[in-house]
Amino acid sequence: MNPDLIVIGAGPAGMAAATTAADAGANVLVLDDQAKPGGQIYRAVEAADAKAEAVLGPEYMAGRPLAAALRSSAVTYVPDAAVWQVTDGREVGYSAAGRAHLVRAQQVILATGAQERPFPVPGWQLPGVMMAGAAQTLLKSSGLAAEGAVFAGSGPLLYLVVHQYLQAGVKVAALLDTTAGANRLPALMHLPGALRRWDMLAKGRRWMAAIKASGTEIVTGVSALKVLGEERATGLGYRVGTGPWREIESEHVFLHQGVVPNVNLSFAAGIKHRWDERQLCWHPVTDAWGRTDIDGLAIAGDGAGIGGALAAEAAGRIAALGALAELGRIDAAARDTQARPHRAALEREGRLRPFLDTWFRPADHFRVPVDDTTVVCRCEELTVKDLTDVMEIGLAGPNQLKSYCRAGMGPCQGRFCGLTVQELMAREQGRTPQEVGYYRLRPPVKPVPLSELALLDADDGVNDG
Amino acid sequence: MSETFDAIVIGGGLLGSAIGYGLAKKGLKCVILDEGDIAYRAARGNFGLVWVQSKGIGAPPYADWTMRSANLWGGFAGELRERTGVDVAHEQPGGIEVCLSEQEFEERAAKMATLAGHQGGRFTHEMLDRKQMLDFVPGLGPEVVGGSFTPHDGHANPLRLMRAMQQGLVALGSEIRTDSHALELNAAGGNVRVKTRSGTFEAPRVVLAAGLGNRDLAPMAGLDQPVRPVKGQIIVTERVRRFLNMPTTNVRQTNEGTVLVGASQEEAGFDLRASARVSRTIAARSWRAFPFLGRARVIRTWAALRVMTPDGLPIYDQSETMPGVFAASCHSGVTLAAAHADVYAGYVADGKLGDELVPLSAGRFDV
Amino acid sequence: MFKRIPSESTADAVVFDFEGRSISARAGDTVAAALLAAGETHFRTTPEKDRPRGPFCMMGICFDCLMVIDGEPNRQACQVLAADGMTVRRQIGAAEVGPDDPIPGAET
Repeated sequence: MNPDLIVIGAGPAGMAAATTAADAGANVLVLDDQAKPGGQIYRAVEAADAKAEAVLGPEYMAGRPLAAALRSSAVTYVPDAAVWQVTDGREVGYSAAGRAHLVRAQQVILATGAQERPFPVPGWQLPGVMMAGAAQTLLKSSGLAAEGAVFAGSGPLLYLVVHQYLQAGVKVAALLDTTAGANRLPALMHLPGALRRWDMLAKGRRWMAAIKASGTEIVTGVSALKVLGEERATGLGYRVGTGPWREIESEHVFLHQGVVPNVNLSFAAGIKHRWDERQLCWHPVTDAWGRTDIDGLAIAGDGAGIGGALAAEAAGRIAALGALAELGRIDAAARDTQARPHRAALEREGRLRPFLDTWFRPADHFRVPVDDTTVVCRCEELTVKDLTDVMEIGLAGPNQLKSYCRAGMGPCQGRFCGLTVQELMAREQGRTPQEVGYYRLRPPVKPVPLSELALLDADDGVNDG
Repeated sequence: MSETFDAIVIGGGLLGSAIGYGLAKKGLKCVILDEGDIAYRAARGNFGLVWVQSKGIGAPPYADWTMRSANLWGGFAGELRERTGVDVAHEQPGGIEVCLSEQEFEERAAKMATLAGHQGGRFTHEMLDRKQMLDFVPGLGPEVVGGSFTPHDGHANPLRLMRAMQQGLVALGSEIRTDSHALELNAAGGNVRVKTRSGTFEAPRVVLAAGLGNRDLAPMAGLDQPVRPVKGQIIVTERVRRFLNMPTTNVRQTNEGTVLVGASQEEAGFDLRASARVSRTIAARSWRAFPFLGRARVIRTWAALRVMTPDGLPIYDQSETMPGVFAASCHSGVTLAAAHADVYAGYVADGKLGDELVPLSAGRFDV
Repeated sequence: MFKRIPSESTADAVVFDFEGRSISARAGDTVAAALLAAGETHFRTTPEKDRPRGPFCMMGICFDCLMVIDGEPNRQACQVLAADGMTVRRQIGAAEVGPDDPIPGAET
């Protein structure tokens, strides 16, 4: 029996979309790759106690009512489900409990959220180096924190994690801030809008003040990084401006320079994307209801463009209302009326975004490494030099590059190299990132055992596509 | 204003790159006119077999041409590695077609007999029963009854091959222009003029090697290249420890350790979407042949459009109305790469196709 | 070293084997979290260049935490919940998927 609506992802956008649709009587299937709802931002929120709230902050707890609503709604919620394809005919391929399935729905909402932007620095592939989001995941899910770690990079999530560490009483060796001074002036142009959310700005300042007050070493204006160590990280080297290299010893290095939409599923579905020069990433092209250029496929949340958890929730509800109208469960007038408060929330959450995106824009040399021994494609172990050597043939784009040296052909499917490769090629060839384009992504966007594919359970009265 | 070269090759796929490389080796300054990053690019869908046993059954000229290429391949790969440093991972351990029923086995045996019949002693093969096959290929599933083996078969890395040939021709002073989709062909004095999206080019020799694009280009030179797309889908797994040294028609392990599983045939027009149901069919057959492969994880599927002629054989022609224009189409770009670079390019340089290719003219369709 | 923030959790410990070493995990830990808590960061060695790798993204998209878990290779340790009696090994090079293993699906 085909559901009315499939929601992919149980983060804020997915949970909000699924419950909104189910509460209006739609038959909803939710597929999520984690064991519990919450996505990344609200990871392990159902198990969070007062201690967790003290460490992680009150905003984190906003995930609890969302998760509770999901549980008590009439949705069919399938956790530990890896969605590996969505077709332009609204067929969703996923694996759960060792079996692969194809299910078709009338409407599909992709709510697969964001990932951390690649941060290629020499040695970033060594054991002991992780993304700051990984530190946060370990804290949320397992109450684990690395003593004496170095945090490096730029962006709200970085400062939040350091703050959470300090709230948990964990010593941080240093915070190395790579935020470019050159961003300040352009960011100030967005200050009027940002000041309308002075509450969020104030929160950020409180985090920084607390970090300073803790005595944690903070270094700003960091212009270069390299991980020290041969078989594992032993520390992080850094420079300030054109100054000399300095070192901080640590077995644990956490890197972060912003989040970007996780676009593998949306690209593989054939959805049209556009390059966003302010967020420096690809955004699926969506309308005010999250609808894409493919009938029946909508996207909500950070997967459509970075906006944060509350914006994701609002976008999820809006997309669900759009889907309900397409399903004929509500009329356009009801849809528009019910969407209004969520649109207001979206607008409110969006006020700080231009300022944040500009202030924390990662510097060119951190997005495209200058040191050509830096690994770019982690899966295939390819460096900047490996790639520029191939580019000398005179390549049409990243797909030709991919086919010649395997960049992007590993299991991560370009999630940690695609943006770097694209911008590297743009730099080498004097083209814009939009002109260069991105890897052509294909299903399965998550690996599927061959035996599961061979036994794929599909409603075979239906034609492909 | 035109740019003038000794030769123009329209199409930068396996066919065009091999021909361009061959011409460059002969001292001609060529330009390869290629499209953009996202184009049909049959080359990227090639399975990578250097395959003799399934070619030209009942068609001796094609069987001969294939065999000629297979025999040249070892030297071709060595020469490419020396010149460019790129190892195209060519191996020629022989090849197997696995049969999953007695009926398949009998049909295969009949085909092999036909091929051996007209090729005489030049084509060696053996029908192996299951027990014999287990000597070459481990872990065969219980449904495998046996299959055909020939020592002439092998495989190579088609993407490395593309890279090597292109690197080679650039190193020899020829050029590759991307985003140069060819729009028009005209005679221009003793030359042929090619108008593209990005500029105009002239040369006394022009090879149409544009794959599916040849269908529309060929008539401009009074030629006929009746090609149509036949979709093929391949699935590829994560790298696994080496278990398969001999390529089989539908399953081969690459030099990197990934396992390629193919291949399907669909008349689906220009639709390049990979289908989960087709993946299921491909995966299911390979799982029957190699049950342990079930644990390998599929990390990518892709579809490409084979350049298919009415009878599956290549088409080679030379224009009479626009002298200097040659046209070539095939779907076996890897198998024939050596012959294209080291024999065909010579014919183009000399201005005349060799006798061995005359039976492969499109004239054979005018019955 | 990773340290555990004390919590009110009364969940039982889970014990599994890593390369002959007995690892105690908190119920709900992924294999990756448990190994990090035990001070391990080298989870696999790469197939091409023999280089050590460990967990990186902790959200299932980097594929650097691939390990052999209960005999099955290419398992993402950050996505697998630690269980009592589990056997976990580093994955050295490419996944070992070979004909000597039990044939999958044989019981169906």
